[in-house]
Parts: sequence; C-alpha cells; structure tokens
Amino acid sequence: MATETADAGGAEAAGMPQLDFSTFPNQIFWLVVTLIIIYLVLSRVALPRIASVLAERQGTITNDIAAAEDLKQKAADAEAAYEKALADARAEAGRIAAEAKAEVQAEVDVAMQKADAEIAARTAESEAKITEIRAGAAEAVRDVATEAAEAVAAALGVKADSAAIKAAVEARTKG
Amino acid sequence: MAEEKSEGGLVFHPMDQFIVKPLFGDGPVSWYTPTNVTLWMGLAVLAIIALMVLGTRGRAIVPSRVQSIAELAYGFVYKMVEDVAGKDGVKYFPYIMTLFLFIVFANFLGLLPMSFTTTSHIAVTAVMAMAVFLAVTILGFVKHGAGFLSLFWISSAPLVLRPILAVIEIISYFVRPVSHSIRLAGNMMAGHAVIKVFAAFAALLAIAPLSILAITAIYALEVLVSFIQAYVFAILTCVYLKDALHPHH
Repeated sequence: MATETADAGGAEAAGMPQLDFSTFPNQIFWLVVTLIIIYLVLSRVALPRIASVLAERQGTITNDIAAAEDLKQKAADAEAAYEKALADARAEAGRIAAEAKAEVQAEVDVAMQKADAEIAARTAESEAKITEIRAGAAEAVRDVATEAAEAVAAALGVKADSAAIKAAVEARTKG
Repeated sequence: MAEEKSEGGLVFHPMDQFIVKPLFGDGPVSWYTPTNVTLWMGLAVLAIIALMVLGTRGRAIVPSRVQSIAELAYGFVYKMVEDVAGKDGVKYFPYIMTLFLFIVFANFLGLLPMSFTTTSHIAVTAVMAMAVFLAVTILGFVKHGAGFLSLFWISSAPLVLRPILAVIEIISYFVRPVSHSIRLAGNMMAGHAVIKVFAAFAALLAIAPLSILAITAIYALEVLVSFIQAYVFAILTCVYLKDALHPHH
C-alpha cells in the first residue's frame, strides 16, 4: 500500500497529500530527529549562552549605574568641598583683613599717641622757650632802659646814681 | 511554481506542493528515506543554528544585529512562558523554545518559492501536539496525582452543574491536541494552496495583474500567519503547561 500511494503521489497528488498515511512514518521519523537536534543545540549551547550574555549585560548595566551614582556622589562631595573651601577662604580673608586693619589701627594709635606726646612735649618746650624769651626780653628791655636812662642822665649832665636809675626803671617797667 | 501546468488549459494542482517525495530517485517512501521533508527540516535546523549559535558566538555586551534577534527570540519566548505558565514553568522553557523556533522557521522557509512546508502536514503537527498533550497530562498526574483531576471539577460552579461541566471539560481536554495540530497545519496548508490557485490564474492574461496582486497580498498575510501560528502553538503549549502545574482554578 505504501509503495503504491507513494508512487501515485510522485507525479500528482491524489486528494490531500497530508492524508497519505504511507508518508507518515517518514515525516514522524525526521520530525523527531529534527526536534531532538534542535533541543540539544538549544539546551546545550544556545540558551545557556544567551542567558549568560543577558545576565552579564544586566550586571554590567547595574555596575555602570552604581558607578555613575558613585561618581555623581563624588562630584557632589567635590562641589561641597569646593564650596566649603571657598567659604573658609572668604572667612579667612575677612579675618586677615580685620586683623590687618586692627594691627594698622593699633600702630596708627600708637603713632598718634607718640605724635601727640611729641606735640605736647614740643609745645611745652616751645612754651618754656617763649617764657624764657619773654623773660629774656623783659630783662633786655630793663637793661636797655637802664642804659638809656643812664645815657640820658649823663647827657643831661645829671649825676645820677645807677642804683636809683635801676630802681626807677624797675618801677616803670613793672606796670 | 507552475511546473505542473499543462499547455494551454488552466490546470490547478494546488496540493502538489505538499507531496512528500524522495530526494534521490523515485522509489518508495519508507520511514528512513531522505525526502523533501528531511531537506526542509534540515534547513530549518541549520537556520536555527545560524541564528541561535553562530549569531551569538560574539557573546557581545552590545549585541550585533543577529545576536539581538536571537536575544529577542529568547526574551519573547521566556517572557511568554513565565507570564503564562508561571515561575515554575520556566524549567520547561527549552522545550517550548524548541517547538516555537522549529515552527517559526519551518513556516518561514515554507514561504520561499518552490519550497516544501513541513508544518503544513498533519503528521508533523499532530506529533508535536500529541507530544505536548501527553507530556502535560503525565506531568499533571506526576505533580498532583489524582488531584490533577480537579482540573475537570470546577469548584466555583454550583454543585448541580459540576458533573455536566466536568463532562464538557473532559471532552474539551481531549479535543485539545486535535485543535492544536489542525490549527497550525490547516493555516499553513490553506495559505499555500490559495497562493498556488492564484498562481494558476496568473496564466490567464486578462486577470494576470489582479492575480499577481492577490498573490502579493496573500503572501504578506501568510508572513503574518506564519509567525502568529507559531506564537499561538507556543502560547497554547504554555497554557496547557499551566493547567498541569496549577490544576486548581
């Protein structure tokens, strides 16, 4: 039966070739062989390989994301450190400026005091000198007046006692 | 395509493309004879190896084009098994992947002109459907013993209805391998036969353009059907597997 149908089917299909049962053992045999080969190839080689590639990719992606998070954190830390350094530097600069200012102020104060003291000393000295000069001037006036009086008295021919003249001059210049 | 056409007349031989014939000589087809079935199944195996083994040999973190197709196929079927059959169905994933890849490649290779579509034969699809049916039934009894029978005893239905529903459930359970296999073989056979009929019409000058347009349209539809039928076969396998693993509704 198998031979007959197969021979008839060789040229032209009688009815449905799908229902030609003589070819069933052949198809089933080759199907089983095919499926076994595909199954072995897939389960031994292809599927484990693809699974490992997918797992590896997932791992790489996870690692990269973690690394990115890490780097982001580092960048944030660096920025914070920078901001802090900047703030510190500003504070330090302010502090140094204030210190310098205070130092200069202190120096200025000292110099001012010194200058003031000097000025005061000079003033006192000058005042003393002025007093001295004034005293000296009065003395000189008195001397000149006495001499002038003596000279006037001599010129007038009046014999005048030098002590009396002195007393007279003294009396006059006092007021 | 139309090598069987005789001169002048319009002769349809839409079923000739499905004839199983020996590759060498003209002898009888015994169980071990290398036939066109052998050739096209072998080509499917080679195509699968090319995609899944050669395509992924780079094991690249950033995949090449072929490798991403292989990964796409893997992810597609893996997710389907996981979603439909559940986490414990994942260990049967290689079997379902085998069926899916074989059907998808056999269907697509069958779309080549002059080719032979192995999945258009009821013998092929019935063996696969019966294998799924038997495996799932045995697995159900091994996992749950007599508890597997609760699949047919719908505890959410009113008590009076349960025996009737049980009968319906049992009938539908045994019809499963029939619908499972005929759906695939029927779809493949019908599409190819229709293309062949239109190809015969193309010999008539008057309707040749229309016929060629129709062939193009049906071909596009067949490309879609080829994938969808493989998908349907695989997802139904997953559904049956889910019933075996979790028979309690």
